[in-house]
Amino acid sequence: MELVGRGIGQVFGDVTALAEIDVHVADGEVLGVIGPSGCGKSTLLAILGGLLKPSRGTVEVSGRKPPDCLAEIAYVFQDFNLLPWRTAEGNVRLPLEHHSMPEAERRERVAEALALIGLTEFAAAFPRQLSGGMRQRVGIARALAVRPAVLLLDEPLSALDAQTRELLMEDFQRIWLRDRTTAIYVTHNLTEALQLADRIAVFTRRPGRVREIVAVDVNRADRATPAGRARLAELHDHLWGAIRQEALVADRELEHA
Amino acid sequence: MPDGAMQAARPVRFRARGFVARRHPAASVVVFLALIAAWEAAVRLGLISELFLPAPSSVLAALRELIEDGTLRDNLAASLFRLLTGWAAGTIVGIAAGFAIGLSSLARAAGIPVISAIYPIPKIALLPLFILWLGIGETSRVTVVALGVFFPTCIATFGAIDNIPRGIIRMAQSFDVPPLAILRKVVLPAALPGILSAFRITAAVALLLLVAAEMIGAQSGIGAYVLAQGQLMQTDHLLAGVLVISVLGLLIGTGLSWLEKRLLTWR
Ligand SMILES: Nc1ncnc2c1ncn2[C@@H]1O[C@H](COP(=O)(O)OP(=O)(O)O)[C@@H](O)[C@H]1O
Ligand SMILES: [Mg+2]
Repeated sequence: MELVGRGIGQVFGDVTALAEIDVHVADGEVLGVIGPSGCGKSTLLAILGGLLKPSRGTVEVSGRKPPDCLAEIAYVFQDFNLLPWRTAEGNVRLPLEHHSMPEAERRERVAEALALIGLTEFAAAFPRQLSGGMRQRVGIARALAVRPAVLLLDEPLSALDAQTRELLMEDFQRIWLRDRTTAIYVTHNLTEALQLADRIAVFTRRPGRVREIVAVDVNRADRATPAGRARLAELHDHLWGAIRQEALVADRELEHA
Repeated sequence: MPDGAMQAARPVRFRARGFVARRHPAASVVVFLALIAAWEAAVRLGLISELFLPAPSSVLAALRELIEDGTLRDNLAASLFRLLTGWAAGTIVGIAAGFAIGLSSLARAAGIPVISAIYPIPKIALLPLFILWLGIGETSRVTVVALGVFFPTCIATFGAIDNIPRGIIRMAQSFDVPPLAILRKVVLPAALPGILSAFRITAAVALLLLVAAEMIGAQSGIGAYVLAQGQLMQTDHLLAGVLVISVLGLLIGTGLSWLEKRLLTWR
């Protein structure tokens, strides 16, 4: 599916979080969003997914849903938002429980989502028994279980250590190569954006605006090859040049807040 | 030795001694038994008058008597009935009110000032008023217990709801979980630990108010029994009654720990 936001602005009291944002994610595209802390990335994602009414602007989805889609838009959250009293399996089941379907189908969907992300043997574990990476895998499986048309990811790997992050990026890569789900991937990590996105929107510091959109012109499958890496490194330098000044000022703003 | 001069290798000294909690299970038992033994000895040696503080053995003998002649059963039955109905009523209404305040800002605006005003009143002071309104029967005593239980339960319940991470509710909304299902599957389980830990406080409050209420104009119940034995100078029977109340408190506490363990296995 396709997702379009037009003229989105958000004001909290006297803080303007988002100035005037236009976003467009094409069917099957992964849009990366990078920007310094506090520039309104989470706010934008909440608006795009219908979790926050914007002060200004509109959001529309259109196009074909994937077969068996139960929810057009699903989230993966930075801090996982698992229910600690449910097992991994129970957490993945949650979004299926209010949809009427044969119990066998529900169980099959849960099992498939768990298997896709390598969680099958942890199905009966409670969140507190799982590592951070495994917890986020539960969060991802929960989103995949509804077979969403659009996946919104809000810094999904920011709470994880560097090695776990690499492993989960491989998982995302695999899932996107398989399903071609439309996605917005918010991060402050340039490497993540370059590995996973088709295009990257660079945000200014608050009030957030789109400063620049960079196309990642390396095939998903080629990003680990030497030539691919070299091109990504060039893009990395370019993005860092664009974002360094924003981050520097944003950092000082937070200090004085 | 001058600064910067070469020094011979030597082990780094361990400096983190002390300030660590250790378990000494034997010490607790020994001190407890020693206290009982000292008490028994002091009475037998005539250092303490048997009338003012009977020996532990006499208290146990009185307790056996209480059990054998059915006094314990009758009084305990009366007390337990008041305790359970009062506690259950206060808990149910308290949880309901706590949910209303926790979920609705209108109920919060209306309820919190009233609760803040009434909560500090020592509830036992209202018993004479309840006796005027409701008569000297069971209702007035049960009402005092219920009222004492209501406030801590209500406050703990809305406090627990306030402390639920917003994120898990937004998560459920993001998956279009219907509001009632969010209440049942997210809000209730998330608030449960807070509500259960209030049970510990309200059980103690209920027991205290029960005994006090039974000392005001009740014919039956452990509290009334303890008071009557005091007036008869039967201190061994009095202390046997106190022992029963203590054991009751202990059993309730143990029961609640068991309940918490059963309901909160995920923690
Ligand atoms: N509910 C809210 N009320 C008031 N201010 C908010 C709220 N949510 C976010 N903000 C403010 O809006 C700005 C953008 O926040 P956010 O979208 O979380 O940024 P990011 O995700 O890019 O770090 C921040 O300055 C934040 O303090
Ligand atoms: Mg954020």
